[in-house]
Amino acid sequence: MELGEIMMKIAITGIGIISAIGTTAEENFNALINRKSGISNLENLDTIHKETLKFGEVKLTNSALTERLNLPENHNFSRTALLGTFAAQQAVKSAGIDDINDYPTGLISSTSVGGMDKTERYFYEYFDNQQIQKFITSHDAGDVSHKIADSLGIDGLVTTISTACSSAANAIMFGARLIASGQLERVVVGGSDSLSKFTINGFNTLMILTDSYNTPFDNNRKGLNLGEAAAYLVLESDKIVEEQNKQVLAYLSGFGNANDAYHQTASSENGEGAFLAMEKALKMAKTSPKDIDYVNVHGTATPNNDLSEGIALQRVFGADMPLFSSTKPYTGHTLAAAAAIEAVYSIMALQHNVVYPNLNFKEKMQEFDLIPTTELVEKELNTVLSNSFGFGGNCSTLIFSKA
Amino acid sequence: MKNCYINGISAISAQDTFESDFLNSAVINENDNILRAIDPNYKVFIPPAAIRRMAKGIKMGVATSAQALEKAGLEQVDAIIVGTGMGCSQDSEKFLRNIIDNKEEFLTPTSFIQSTHNTVAGQIAVRLACKGYNFTYVNGAISFESALLDACMQITSDEANSILVGGIDEYAEHTFSLYQLIGLIKSAQDRPFSVLNSATKGAVFAEGATFFALENTRKESTFAQVIDVRVKNKLNQEQVAAFINDFLDKNALNLSQIDVVVLGNNGDVEYDGYFKKAAAHLSESTQIYYKHLSGEYNTASAFGVWLASNILKNQQIPEIVRLNSIEKQQYKTILLYNQYRGLDHSLVLMQTVE
Repeated sequence: MELGEIMMKIAITGIGIISAIGTTAEENFNALINRKSGISNLENLDTIHKETLKFGEVKLTNSALTERLNLPENHNFSRTALLGTFAAQQAVKSAGIDDINDYPTGLISSTSVGGMDKTERYFYEYFDNQQIQKFITSHDAGDVSHKIADSLGIDGLVTTISTACSSAANAIMFGARLIASGQLERVVVGGSDSLSKFTINGFNTLMILTDSYNTPFDNNRKGLNLGEAAAYLVLESDKIVEEQNKQVLAYLSGFGNANDAYHQTASSENGEGAFLAMEKALKMAKTSPKDIDYVNVHGTATPNNDLSEGIALQRVFGADMPLFSSTKPYTGHTLAAAAAIEAVYSIMALQHNVVYPNLNFKEKMQEFDLIPTTELVEKELNTVLSNSFGFGGNCSTLIFSKA
Repeated sequence: MKNCYINGISAISAQDTFESDFLNSAVINENDNILRAIDPNYKVFIPPAAIRRMAKGIKMGVATSAQALEKAGLEQVDAIIVGTGMGCSQDSEKFLRNIIDNKEEFLTPTSFIQSTHNTVAGQIAVRLACKGYNFTYVNGAISFESALLDACMQITSDEANSILVGGIDEYAEHTFSLYQLIGLIKSAQDRPFSVLNSATKGAVFAEGATFFALENTRKESTFAQVIDVRVKNKLNQEQVAAFINDFLDKNALNLSQIDVVVLGNNGDVEYDGYFKKAAAHLSESTQIYYKHLSGEYNTASAFGVWLASNILKNQQIPEIVRLNSIEKQQYKTILLYNQYRGLDHSLVLMQTVE
C-alpha cells in the first residue's frame, strides 16, 4: 500500500503567527497584500553587524512579549520561547478550543536556535552571577516546546524537530502523521526562532547575507536577510471537525520530505532533494502539477538556493510553471519558523484567493525563464504548494487545499 | 500492518560496546561524574581527512549507523531518523566561543556548518547517498523515542521497508561545566556515585551514540521487534502506574506478561522516585537498569533499547544490570521506562520474534 492511499486530508482549524510584518494573522495578511516589508534595522539585539545588515525583526521587546503573555517577570523564557508561546496561544484561540485536553492533543514544535539568545549573552557570566543561571536549561530546543505546551495546558505527546530551515514543515508533517495514524485527534504544529548573534554570524561567514534587501529569483540577488518569527497551526481529525462542527480554514493534503544527500549546506545543481520532496507531496495529494495554483517558494535569494530550487521547479512543472512568489522579502528568512509562517500565508492565500507579490524583483535569472509574481494577483486558488529547504540537505514540501 | 524488526544494532558508549560483544567487559565507574564514550577506530568508517573536521558526535553517529547497517546486511535504507537532545554541542560551543572571544570578527564557517542539530542525519545521508526521509528530533530525554516512534509508524504502515534510527549526544566542555554549576551533574565531593540508593542530587553525565537498523521483514540477524512507543511531556509520580497501565491496555497486555522492565534510574535522589513507582508497579518482573554503565545523557535511553535488544536475542541477562533477583523461564516481552527530572517520560515495548 502506498502512503498516499492511507493518508487522509488533515483539517487545519487554527492559525497563529508573529513575524516582522505583524503580531496577528490579519496584520501579516495586510502587509503582504499591501507590499509592506518588515525588513529593517536591528533594534533589540546588539551585534557589530547591525549597521551593515538588515533584518526581519519582531519589534516587540522581550519585556513587551512578557507583558502580553502575562508571564511573571522572573521567568526563564528565551526569546524563541516567548515568540513561540505568543503564536501558539493565538493558534489555539483561533481554533476556538475551550478545553485543550478534551481530545488527545499533542504539540510538535520546531526550532533551530532554541535559547541561544540567552546562552550567547550569558556564556561566561553564568559562572559569576547566580541570578541568571535559571536560563541555563532554557538553551535546549525541547525547553521551548515544554514552555509552549505548559502555556497551552497540553498534557501528552510533546516533541521537537530540528532540521534547520525546513524544521517547521517537518513538524507539520509529523503532526499530520500522528492524526492520520489515529494516535492523536489534535496537534498544534509549527516553529519558532529568534534572531541571535550565533545565526547572524554563522550566515555571515557563509557569505550568504545581503547588505541590502533580499531579492528572490532576481538575476542579481546577493543573499538573504535573517528574520525571526513563530507560527503554529492547529490540525484536527475529521472526528473533531464533525463532533464540534469546526470551521476548517484549509486542508493539508500532501507533504514530502527528501534529502539532497549532496552537501551539508549547499543545494545540489539539479535540485534533486527539492524535486523529490515536491514529487512525493504531489503524489500523496493525488494532485498533478498542473493543478497547483500557486507556489510559495523557499526563495531565500541566495545565489545557490534560487538556482537549485528553480531547476527543481522546472523539473516538476516543465513549461507550465504556476504563479509563484517568495515572501522572504517581507519577513526575512526565519529559519526553523519559515515553513510555519509560510504555511499560514499559504492558508490565507487560499482563503482570500490571492497571490502575494514577490518584492524587489527586477531582472530574470539568466539560467531559466522563471519570473515570480510581482504584483498582487486575485484569482481563485484551490491548491497551494509551499517549499522549505534546510542545511543537511533537508527538503520539504507541503500542499494545502481549499476548505 | 507490518511488524517493526530490529535487524542491526550498534552502540558507542562509556563501555566497550562497539568492538566487543554485549557487556562482557562492562566496568562500573563510580569515581567520575563525567564519563566519555570509548572511541573505536573511526578510520575504518571515515576517511582520515574527514575525521579531523568532525566533532565526536558526528563520528560516533557515522560509525554506529554504519555498523548497524552492516549487522542487518543492508547497504541502503528508505529513511534516516535521529534523536539528539543537545545536538552538535561541540561545534556550537566552538563557534559561540569564537563569536564572543573575537567580538564577532575573524570567524570561519566550519563549526557553524556542523553546529546544526541535523548534522549527523545529514552526514549519514551524504555518506549513504540516501535521498529518503531525513528527520532529527531534539526534545530532551524523549529525543530518541520520538525518532523511534516516527520510524515504527512508517515501518508498520508500510511507508518504508527499512529505516536507520539512532540517538546521539556528545560531551561538550562548556555545556557540561554549566550543568555542574547548577547541579545537574553530581558534585565531585559526592563520590562514590552510586546509581542505586543514592542520597545526592544530579546524575553522572556521559555521551554516546546508538543506532538501529529497522526493517519490516524478519531476518537471520533479527534481535527483537518494537511493538509500541509512547511519550508524554510530564507526569507526577502518582500517575506513573496509570501511564504504564494505559499503554499496556492499548497493547492488550497485562502486568504479568512483562518479563523484564528496563528502568532509567540515574541516581538523582530528587527524581528516582519515578522509577521506584514503576518498579513497585512491576514487582513481578525481572528489573534491570543501565545508567550505571552508560551514564546519563538525553539519548541514554537508546542504550536501554540496545540492552533490551541483546537480552531478547540472547535470552540472557548480565548480572551487572540486575535490580532484583526475579528469574523468568524466558524473556519474551520487555518494557522500558525512562524520564528525566520529571519530564519527557517514555515507554517502549519490545518482544522476541516468534
